[in-house]
Amino acid sequence: MPYIPLKENLPGITGLLDYRKDTALPIRELTQILLRGESTLTEGERELIATVVSHGNECAFCTAAHTAAADLLLDGASIAEKVKSGSESVRVSANMKAMLTIARAVQKNGKLVTPEMIDEAKGEGATDRELHDTVLIAALFSLYNRYVDGLASVTPADPAFYNRLALILKDKGYLPSENRYADL
Amino acid sequence: MPHIDLPSEYPGIRSLFMYSPETAKPLNDLVQTLLHDPETSTLTPGERELIATYTSSLNECKYCASTHGAIAKHHLNGNVRVVQDILQKNIHKAEVSDKLKALLHIAAKVQDSGKSVSPADISEAKEQGATDKEIHDTVLIAAAFSMFNRYVDGLATWAPDDAAVYDAIGEQRAREGYLTKPFIVKHPTD
Repeated sequence: MPYIPLKENLPGITGLLDYRKDTALPIRELTQILLRGESTLTEGERELIATVVSHGNECAFCTAAHTAAADLLLDGASIAEKVKSGSESVRVSANMKAMLTIARAVQKNGKLVTPEMIDEAKGEGATDRELHDTVLIAALFSLYNRYVDGLASVTPADPAFYNRLALILKDKGYLPSENRYADL
Repeated sequence: MPHIDLPSEYPGIRSLFMYSPETAKPLNDLVQTLLHDPETSTLTPGERELIATYTSSLNECKYCASTHGAIAKHHLNGNVRVVQDILQKNIHKAEVSDKLKALLHIAAKVQDSGKSVSPADISEAKEQGATDKEIHDTVLIAAAFSMFNRYVDGLATWAPDDAAVYDAIGEQRAREGYLTKPFIVKHPTD
């Protein structure tokens, strides 16, 4: 049971973003820019960064939601499942592998990102902008994971729930929208 | 040296805000409502800044801990001692209410992992008079600073050593909030 009263039909982060809307709006706006805005990283790749950080923080709700979103955006290839277990499949680019290494370091602490990790990524063609966005996405999910688990929000057990949520994230993005969770 | 090419005349998160104005906008809007605006929480801006300071200190983020410590001091009538106690993680010694102590305890759990917060931590905070909303705000502040600290350190931004610089930033932010322009800080090697 959540530590504070949240709407029963809005589990996980959805109820928290509904509980306090003035803080939810900038969090949503930031997420939309980072995960859906213009970028040389694909939407699927950016969802993978969210997935590895949430997995590292053992946040079951966020991990399931972003695994489903990544797989949906990456043509259902179950890449996210392989990435979580650390066995980056050949379908993840060398640039992306270097980014995921940086994201995993940020998940633990920003200070753990080393110049060697950065050089490795730059050697694979990573731009400053991609490095910036990777670090900020990993940092943002360090927020989300703590928000979701720190208030003991509900984690649905049914895998179908996360597929429905992933469809909303794919079709509507992260900004507030009318009847956003009607199909949840 | 920062991991990416950032304007050196701004330290810490300010260099990142200059580099990426598009993401700076929601980040500043978030702290403005979460920490500064007196109408948005029953915790005072000073109390909220102490939670941010404590989380940043636990993450060993020098720029964030020093900056928010200075902002807290300016909100708290220049109370240096309480800020020092928070920066040194001496919560029990700090001259703050029992309610804030219980909330700082929750913030430390959140800094470690959201999963570390226990029902007993929440009961203790409620016993000391914390409301649901105050518990919410505490968790979100600690979560937000788990983000800001990683952003600042994950890209290796530079942090001034001069305490007077942080005090000037603290004075400005306590008075103006987070939506105004920063002043230029001379980088020691420039």
